[in-house]
Amino acid sequence: MDLRATPAEEAFRADLRAWLAATLPTLPEKALHTDWQARRAYDTNWQGLLHAAGYAGIDWPVEAGGRGASPVEQLIFKEECERAGAPYVGLGFVGLLHAGPTINAEGTLAQRTTYLPKILSGEHVWCQGFSEPGSGSDLASMRTRAVLDGDHYVVSGSKIWTSHAEVADYCELLVRTGTEASRHKGITWLIMDMKSPGIDVRPLKTISGSTEFAELFMDEVRIPVENRVGEENDGWRVTMVTLSFERGTGFVGELLESMRLLRELTELAKRTGAYGDPGIRRRIGHLAATFDGLWALTKRTVSEAQATGIPGIGGTVFKLSYSEAGQKMADLAMELLGDAGLLFDDVTHATDGQSLGNADHVENWIKSFNLTIAAGTSQIQRNIVSERILGLPKEPTVGAKK
Amino acid sequence: MNFQLSEDQVALRDGLQAIVEGRFSLDAVREREDASSVVDKAGWQALADAGVFCLFVPESLGGLGLSITDGVVAVEVLGHALVPGPIIGTMLAAGTIAGAAEGTTLVGIAATSDRGAVPGVLELPSDCDGYLVLPSARDGAAPATYLARSAISATLATRSLDPLHPVGRLNGPLVSGTLELSGTADALRRRALLLTAAFEVGLAAFALELSVAYAKDRYQFGRPIGSFQAIKHLLADELARLEMARAQLHYAAVVTDAPDIAAIDGEVYGLSSTQLEWRAVAGAKLLCDQAALSATKTAVQVHGGMGYTWEVPVHLALKRARVHATMLATSDQMADIVASLTH
Repeated sequence: MDLRATPAEEAFRADLRAWLAATLPTLPEKALHTDWQARRAYDTNWQGLLHAAGYAGIDWPVEAGGRGASPVEQLIFKEECERAGAPYVGLGFVGLLHAGPTINAEGTLAQRTTYLPKILSGEHVWCQGFSEPGSGSDLASMRTRAVLDGDHYVVSGSKIWTSHAEVADYCELLVRTGTEASRHKGITWLIMDMKSPGIDVRPLKTISGSTEFAELFMDEVRIPVENRVGEENDGWRVTMVTLSFERGTGFVGELLESMRLLRELTELAKRTGAYGDPGIRRRIGHLAATFDGLWALTKRTVSEAQATGIPGIGGTVFKLSYSEAGQKMADLAMELLGDAGLLFDDVTHATDGQSLGNADHVENWIKSFNLTIAAGTSQIQRNIVSERILGLPKEPTVGAKK
Repeated sequence: MNFQLSEDQVALRDGLQAIVEGRFSLDAVREREDASSVVDKAGWQALADAGVFCLFVPESLGGLGLSITDGVVAVEVLGHALVPGPIIGTMLAAGTIAGAAEGTTLVGIAATSDRGAVPGVLELPSDCDGYLVLPSARDGAAPATYLARSAISATLATRSLDPLHPVGRLNGPLVSGTLELSGTADALRRRALLLTAAFEVGLAAFALELSVAYAKDRYQFGRPIGSFQAIKHLLADELARLEMARAQLHYAAVVTDAPDIAAIDGEVYGLSSTQLEWRAVAGAKLLCDQAALSATKTAVQVHGGMGYTWEVPVHLALKRARVHATMLATSDQMADIVASLTH
């Protein structure tokens, strides 16, 4: 056990830190959250800068055009980006973390050369069409249908929770090609051009009031067979390859942001006087210890991935603990804010005249409910942990009887 | 960066595991229940012979010269087996107090209570030959001292919460000993907290394993109870708590061994290396307290009625977790330390 960085890791960090220091001041003003086109322009510009500097696809293999960085270097990359306040992956998320790695692992040479370079350069934005209104946790029950017609699949159905579909060029789409009862064995993975006729995108307003997600309606959309990744009816396995990229270092940025937020909350508690309450102080102490523990767990997981190629159980249990701690912190913020937590208008401190930053904390509180739902609910996570790691017997499955 | 146990650490863990399985089977440990003296002399000697007590003693003085991290790995194994006796005090006293390394002098830890209204207790008063006396955490500059058992007036409790970790009532305030120990009391306290946390991780792992095994074997409504989400979700949460606690424990041990790493990491939070060490250790102890208390409570619950019987051993882990979450410091004190170092 030696947590010292190797000379190569030190050099990687130093180069990155210098590049970030030189590059971040040149970024344009951040786009308004509601302006999709401006957000796309901002995020693709950032991705282009990363690409030019050789940091695009940090976790992608070199053959795919990525950096081929080791797990530890990936951790350093995320850590330095967060600490420097660099933009998040943003609209590039699906392409860089889901669709791209899947195409690289399972796609044909033609698919890899067509799609991967433009994901890396930021030119193409992807969205994800997996969940359906009737198929959330039980993804394998999906019903969006694809019927072969010559050299095209004809797709009809609907998808939900499709992030930034409004400005996406392509969609990684899961469709049912088998019988309705075929479940995992009748799903196919397709690349859908978002300009295809028959696609209707409707914004989905969330409890935060934003339209971060969309619903996707497909009415006889024609998708060329050459856009199929993997074999027909083998899409579930192809999808699992994709989902496995979501574990491991997936939450590093979020965790470090939470640690920063907690320091801000501690300052807020001192300004409001709440810090004098031992109960509040102890909640801060518990949260800080928990985030420290999760940071240690992340390092251990990354180190395991580096040593064995497989992230250990740390990656699987991480999300369960992190999402609950995130919600506890959001609750603490609301209690510290008191009345100021009931509005988004900026409230200033009565004595020091400075903003309480309440809008961000309120926004964060609402978004915290997403933590235990998105990317596998905590209930599904607990099933995974108890069945796959602890080896407890599976819940009896009823199957796709509807 | 490497967060894996080294080959030597794996060998240390497995070697000790083999000794513990031979000497400290659950049946053997349980024979000591409710005895005034819980230490089995032959078993204690076996631990001494394996080098457990001289683990931190420099090689030049005949010890193993190993690190705190190695010690944490070893104590996790002992916690998992519920090994009774003043393990941590003896490990920390070895090299200073004659006979501790050899297993002939048993050394407990006596910490001055920070809660004035409640008189303190003394661990294992019939087993220990002497105590490392830690001054109150508020009394920062005071040195740690050694005091012979005979110099402390304490009465063995008629009945202790943990039948494998009996305590005595102190008949007066704990006074410092005359033999000053080298190093600061502060550093000694951190090491004691870390090793205690390691014992707790062992307890939590033991309780979780018992629960998982029971949930697979026990049938109700025609199904193993472990197939019900009501049960399996409890256990998934315990694993999540345990793995987070263990990771923080190992991290805290590593920064205790390597002040240069503590300095680098401390810089990020605006903390000195000693402050970073305190934040890591207090956080580890807090998370390990929670992991042990929660996993052992859940073990009682998952075992249902059987978990409420003396026969099923989960109560032994539960009670020991309560002892270790109480004696040196409370979780609240740890949370206060972490909060004071969060800015």
